[in-house]
Amino acid sequence: MTNKVSRRTFIQGSATVGVAAAGAGGILANTEEAWALSTEVLSGDTALSILIMARHLYPHDFLGDQYYAEVVINLDEQAKSDSSLAEKLENGVKDLGQIIAADRTYNVAFKDQSSGLQLKNLKRIDGSDFFETVKGATMAGLYGNPRVAAFFGWEGSSVEHGGYINRGFDDIGWLPNKGGR
Amino acid sequence: MAKTFDKNDDSVVVIIGSGAGGGVLGNELAQKGVNVVCLEAGPRFTLDDIENDWNTMFGRLSWLDSRKGTGDLVAGLPLWVCKTVGGTTVHWAGASLRFMEHEFKAKSAYGNIEGANLLDWPIDLHEMERFYSMAEDKMGTTGTHGIPRLPGNNNFQVMEYGAKALGYKDVHTGNMSINSEPRDGRPGCHQIGFCMAGCAIGAKWSTLYTEIPRAEATGHYEIRPQSMVLKINHNKEGKATGVVYADADGNTHEQKARVVAIAGNSVETPRLLLNSESSMFSDGMANSSGQVGQNFMRHMTGTVYGTMPGAVHWDRGTQMAGIVMDEVKNDPNRGFAGGYYMQTLPGFGLGWYAGNVGNMSADAPGKWGRNYTRDVVENYKNMAGMWLVGEDMPQEKNGVKLHGSEKDSYGLPVPVVNFEDHANDVAMRNHAYKAGSAVYQAGGSQKQYQLSPFPSTHNMGTCRMSANAKDGVCSSTGATHDIPNLFISDGSQFTTGAACNPTLTIVALAIRQAENMTKLLGQNSI
Repeated sequence: MTNKVSRRTFIQGSATVGVAAAGAGGILANTEEAWALSTEVLSGDTALSILIMARHLYPHDFLGDQYYAEVVINLDEQAKSDSSLAEKLENGVKDLGQIIAADRTYNVAFKDQSSGLQLKNLKRIDGSDFFETVKGATMAGLYGNPRVAAFFGWEGSSVEHGGYINRGFDDIGWLPNKGGR
Repeated sequence: MAKTFDKNDDSVVVIIGSGAGGGVLGNELAQKGVNVVCLEAGPRFTLDDIENDWNTMFGRLSWLDSRKGTGDLVAGLPLWVCKTVGGTTVHWAGASLRFMEHEFKAKSAYGNIEGANLLDWPIDLHEMERFYSMAEDKMGTTGTHGIPRLPGNNNFQVMEYGAKALGYKDVHTGNMSINSEPRDGRPGCHQIGFCMAGCAIGAKWSTLYTEIPRAEATGHYEIRPQSMVLKINHNKEGKATGVVYADADGNTHEQKARVVAIAGNSVETPRLLLNSESSMFSDGMANSSGQVGQNFMRHMTGTVYGTMPGAVHWDRGTQMAGIVMDEVKNDPNRGFAGGYYMQTLPGFGLGWYAGNVGNMSADAPGKWGRNYTRDVVENYKNMAGMWLVGEDMPQEKNGVKLHGSEKDSYGLPVPVVNFEDHANDVAMRNHAYKAGSAVYQAGGSQKQYQLSPFPSTHNMGTCRMSANAKDGVCSSTGATHDIPNLFISDGSQFTTGAACNPTLTIVALAIRQAENMTKLLGQNSI
């Protein structure tokens, strides 16, 4: 059971976001960008909420959702052998829902809220164990992903290319008076 | 084929650790025909095991046995040192600087500083010059012995430009034990980056592929990797007789010894002495002064990152690619005693950089969110970085103790390491932060981040040298005051820390110790 999700509606947390929850585990798919996220342990609701969180934690407009989805896949993979992690993530999302539910002004599920409201609610749980776990996993999973890091100028392993001795270790061009050193 | 020795052979010198201290001492002794058994806690790798990947190499090389940090240390990882054949010389950046003359005489030079347990070294620069020169020749240190300095990478050029614009004069690519041209059977530097993940081509000096194979070739040296020493044994006369160690499978053995030399870095060295308590030595071995484990120094350190107006690509090339030496003088008018260096240092890859700026710098726009990603992460390729390293004050409260109840996998009490900044350290760091930020501002940087210290790699002083036996643990030769055939052979010997990176001095002291020990062995006095 797979629903089509456009990136925009997904990111904005619209009610049309497609989450197929089939027992434990869920599937998120984005046919436009040709990626899908299926989880075995984390519920669809939890997976989607964490995906939204990851995007808010370290947002980069030039990065597609698939890179953030990999963070969720990593967490789901870890949760397979770590039931306390699975519990922490499921409960974390539920607790966030309860904080929101207790606030009568904005009683809309986290994943369905506007981006600004999601951010406001995330700030309310900043520092919690759940928040720090997702933050750490996003940091490691996103910036530790060599395909992502390359977008930022991280060039990775160099020894197999002979290092930088002939590949620009001293190619800085913008310093003034460089010739006069 | 390297020699092997019988465990009951009590004519051997047992050296604990194979890094800058233990690795050099072992080779120097073996070259003079002294039989050596080196017990190294970590596994043995080859250059093929060295990859350009921070996380992989951190996991492969680091000493990750349980340690607790208190005070200003990182609680879960107070030290960043190695557990591998070659010790922390696999990880070190290569900076090889000599102490200044006054830095051997800190107490005389700085006077009484409240809360500081200062002492003059029992040796001076004049005595050490010959050994420094031998160490530099051994390690192929650039800027010495006619060896050209390394070329400067982008990160260095940014620092050099700003420093010179501010009027600093003594700015260059340093004295590095990284080959600037092929030498001693090792290639010249390819400007790979990743020096501190291990040099994959062996251009950087490490005992792993210099001292240790050469020692083995003499037929007087055996190294046993994955051999964690648990205790030093002694006889009724109080002389060391051997050591008990656990092998890779956890089985314990005793290796007999004529002499025992400890070079386990400044936490494991005092820890072993403390763990070797007996009815004769109830406070641990060689501890009649009560100074074993005390006066732990880790250098005043800090890091400044500058967001530059153009691309720097700081990961390209030698990590410690150059230094500013002008602030190393002792000028109390700056508001602190002692001095410091600025040395380039990039951010260890995007992942560590992105975490460290938020976690370690009050100047960061929070730790997450759009401002953080825009200002900090998305500027990655425009960042320049430097490390600040200077002399810190020895203090009795800073040191290594044994945990009251927690044990490691060998059943030994876990070490608890305490370090709290002295007011002098804080004043120096604040001065250095300002100076480092000013260097980048002079190069057009609009935004700088001042990061708190990383886990300590420069660890010193926990079994310090002293002229008087009541002030320290060992004499000027590294022999412990209490036990003539028990030696301290690593940075634990340091009476005070000076401003410079400690490795060159550790190596020079090991060469000196080997000369002296060989003489004593020949005279049958140990």
